[in-house]
Amino acid sequence: MELLEKTDKTDKIHDDLLKSFEEKIDRDDTIEPKDRMPDGYRKHLIRQMQQHAHSEVIGMQPEGNWITRAPSLRAKQILLAKIQDEGGHGLYLYSAAETLGISRDEMISQLHSGKAKYSNIFNYPALTWADIGAIGWLVDGAAIVNQVSLQRTSYGPYSRAMVRICKEESFHQRQGYEIMAKMMKGTKDQQEMARDAMNRWWWPSIMMFGPHDTESPHTGDAVKWKIKRHSNDDLRAKFIDKTVQQAEVIGLTIPDSDLKWNEARGHYDHGPIDWTEFFRVIGGQGPCNKQRMAHHLKVHNDGAWVREAAEAYREKRDKQLLHL
Amino acid sequence: MATDSQLATWEVFIQSKPGANYIHAGSVHASDKQMALQNARDTYTRRGEGTSIWAVPTSEIAASNPDDNDMFFDPANDKMYRMPTFYVMPEGAKAI
Repeated sequence: MELLEKTDKTDKIHDDLLKSFEEKIDRDDTIEPKDRMPDGYRKHLIRQMQQHAHSEVIGMQPEGNWITRAPSLRAKQILLAKIQDEGGHGLYLYSAAETLGISRDEMISQLHSGKAKYSNIFNYPALTWADIGAIGWLVDGAAIVNQVSLQRTSYGPYSRAMVRICKEESFHQRQGYEIMAKMMKGTKDQQEMARDAMNRWWWPSIMMFGPHDTESPHTGDAVKWKIKRHSNDDLRAKFIDKTVQQAEVIGLTIPDSDLKWNEARGHYDHGPIDWTEFFRVIGGQGPCNKQRMAHHLKVHNDGAWVREAAEAYREKRDKQLLHL
Repeated sequence: MATDSQLATWEVFIQSKPGANYIHAGSVHASDKQMALQNARDTYTRRGEGTSIWAVPTSEIAASNPDDNDMFFDPANDKMYRMPTFYVMPEGAKAI
């Protein structure tokens, strides 16, 4: 649609195409890669899906830091498997985003230039082993709430990637909660570590759902086109409601003195979120922004010779086959 | 860095158990067939999801155009006699 020049005739074609697209959305049909779609729909998806993919990949860093320091062989194997899953989830999402006509190269260069973002949460450091528990339980827990909702997103490849991811993600949350539960049953120092991790990760976790509905710049079209099925605040409430009980069971307190059950709404009310902090970190001033990006760039550049060698090997093999 | 690329894309099809259809799972990047199969295994079958994998260069896939669906699938629309329910069976006939 975006290729048509603007004239009265093309305006009419444009309107008809948009109408048939919106009818499809209204019928809850999924949109597939070769279907016609408005430019805005494609752009929104490319932005959201690549941000999602980059988040999975950058999210490997805070945890990767703990592989060599895991407290047992069991913990180490689990952490390795979890981080491998995150890499896999990044690949599912890149693969789904590529169906929209953007290349993997382009997405990676947009990440490096700062045009594409990744989830803010990964700009915080994982300081102790309890942080690995908190990341699995709270960060993956929040991600799951969002991803369960996205299983019904209108773009077919995105929806299918989400179904696959959700199947794998619940082990991530459970392993994190198990770590926290274990530490809360441990020594005083271990309990203190768990509390400290809870206190540092709680607010960034509930910020993961993004700005309040009244402030969210991308919500309008995303809801109309059924890319997004639930609002930021609804998803945040869902996460808080289930996490409060889980915290109680293991004896942890959520660091929010305003948190209380609201009978009328059927949800917990929470205290004000520090959005200045949120935008400060998004703006590059978080504790680990520079480190995360520098590491990604280094690994990308260090690995370039592997890709070049693979191509050279294929070319050599193709030539050999020609001479057979 | 001009020669650096993320390698070509391959579409991955997985058979979940012997006898089942191969179902599209997604894509991977690879320079050749062997790498395509290994990457597909690591990406899409970490939990025993498959007994067999096909990897096909994305550029080799022919796909129908959804805009042509009416015309393209039209030949099937007026041939209800291809369905078993089209036929009137004598009353009392069994196992047919």
